[in-house]
Amino acid sequence: MDQLNPMTETPMLTKPRIMANREVRISARKVDIYYGEKHAIKGLSVEIPDRAVSAFIGPSGCGKSTFLRAINRMNDTIPGCRMTGEVLLDNKSIYAADVDVVQLRSHVGMVFQKPNPFPKSIFENVAYGPRIHGLAKNKTDLEEMVVASLKKAGLFEEVKDRLHASGTGLSGGQQQRLCIARAIAVNPEVILMDEPCSALDPIATARIEELIDELRQNYCIIIVTHSMQQAARVSQLTAFFHLGTLVETGDTDEMFTNPRDKRTQDYITGRFG
Amino acid sequence: MTDHIAKAYDSDILTLKTMLAEMGGLAEEQLNNAITALSKRDVVLADQVISRDDKLDKLEREIEEKAILTIAKRQPVALDLREIMVAIRVSSDIERIGDLAKNTAKRTHAISEALPRRLATGLARMGSMAQAQLKNVLDAYGLKDIDKAMQVWRADEDLDSLYNSIFRELLTYMMEDPRNISLCTHLLFGAKNLERIGDHTTNIAENIHYLIHGKTIGEGRPKNDVTSMMTAEVK
Repeated sequence: MDQLNPMTETPMLTKPRIMANREVRISARKVDIYYGEKHAIKGLSVEIPDRAVSAFIGPSGCGKSTFLRAINRMNDTIPGCRMTGEVLLDNKSIYAADVDVVQLRSHVGMVFQKPNPFPKSIFENVAYGPRIHGLAKNKTDLEEMVVASLKKAGLFEEVKDRLHASGTGLSGGQQQRLCIARAIAVNPEVILMDEPCSALDPIATARIEELIDELRQNYCIIIVTHSMQQAARVSQLTAFFHLGTLVETGDTDEMFTNPRDKRTQDYITGRFG
Repeated sequence: MTDHIAKAYDSDILTLKTMLAEMGGLAEEQLNNAITALSKRDVVLADQVISRDDKLDKLEREIEEKAILTIAKRQPVALDLREIMVAIRVSSDIERIGDLAKNTAKRTHAISEALPRRLATGLARMGSMAQAQLKNVLDAYGLKDIDKAMQVWRADEDLDSLYNSIFRELLTYMMEDPRNISLCTHLLFGAKNLERIGDHTTNIAENIHYLIHGKTIGEGRPKNDVTSMMTAEVK
């Protein structure tokens, strides 16, 4: 029997190297999530580093998206969904009674599988968050925020002449970068991405991956992906989920050359039955 | 290991393994024949070794192409990736072993006189040791037998020691009579080739370690070849 890590109670093998010089931004302790009778996440504990990309991989239905949604309390809206255990953001429970969920989601942004810009102008898509959270002092301030966010999302150069054109008129890849700009406009610490490239062509995918790589300098990013190669390319930490449990967490470099758990090996090499 | 969901992936890897097994078998045969040719001064057999080396070269190219194609098609990771990388490296070691066997066989032509008995025995021993190392390491590779691979890795020291003593002996013969120089130089190269073959077998053993454990072998390789510091002292 492996020794358990006292913090996360997962088997303590070697601690991922990526954690050595990173703060822990998010930690989950003994999280169980149920959809009615279905036990979707079973006793999950994990630590997610800041300023790095962590990838959640695993077959469909393994619970990776469920757990991702628990990090900004998106499961709250699902009827019959219950959770026990703790999810901490910067050592504070996000499920505590005094937590304002709207406020929480400005700290923990989310990008979805299908780009979902609001049916508004490019400018308004990005300005929406800062406006409802009252982050801008005045109009110029707001404009600066929008431009800065579009620049960080690598979209500004492509849309600077048509900021007031509709966001839905952009290409799929541009729409996804618009959604990323919208997410970062409210200065989150964490960005959750649920298969952000699965609806995009390879070139748009490469652009998003490039963007993720830039953003990790300043954010804690978690990406759920079905593309093993994408996980290998963009992440530093990989967590492998299977049947609602977290099987293995480790440095991505190691996970893709020498995974410790046979289930991980079977999955990433395409042997899973 | 369980099979891949995509059966064609399994057959890609199986093809690589089969090609490597063929290559390994051929290299063993080449080495055996080269040693026999040299010790019996059998030029017909030597020529056969020389001409068959092309086949090893061709197999190496085919393995490399197959491996590259598999990487391009399947983007292998973890064990599969190591399997393919190791196949490329092992095939290149085997190809070099083939070259060294060929070079050893070539020297048969240059040896016109019978070998002094003691030397012949020493060389024969070195030859059979190199053969055993090659055979054992190829078996270890085929069976993924890490213990056997490590035995080969450690036994290279013995081959080096034997090479040292042959080196010394050849120096002595050359000092005794300059007419021995031509013969002894060829034999020296022959012995050096066998010593190099030993090094390639340890390379293969190290790759088996990487294949199985996913880590390169930590410690330095046991080395006992000190001939680079030997001098002929005229008394």
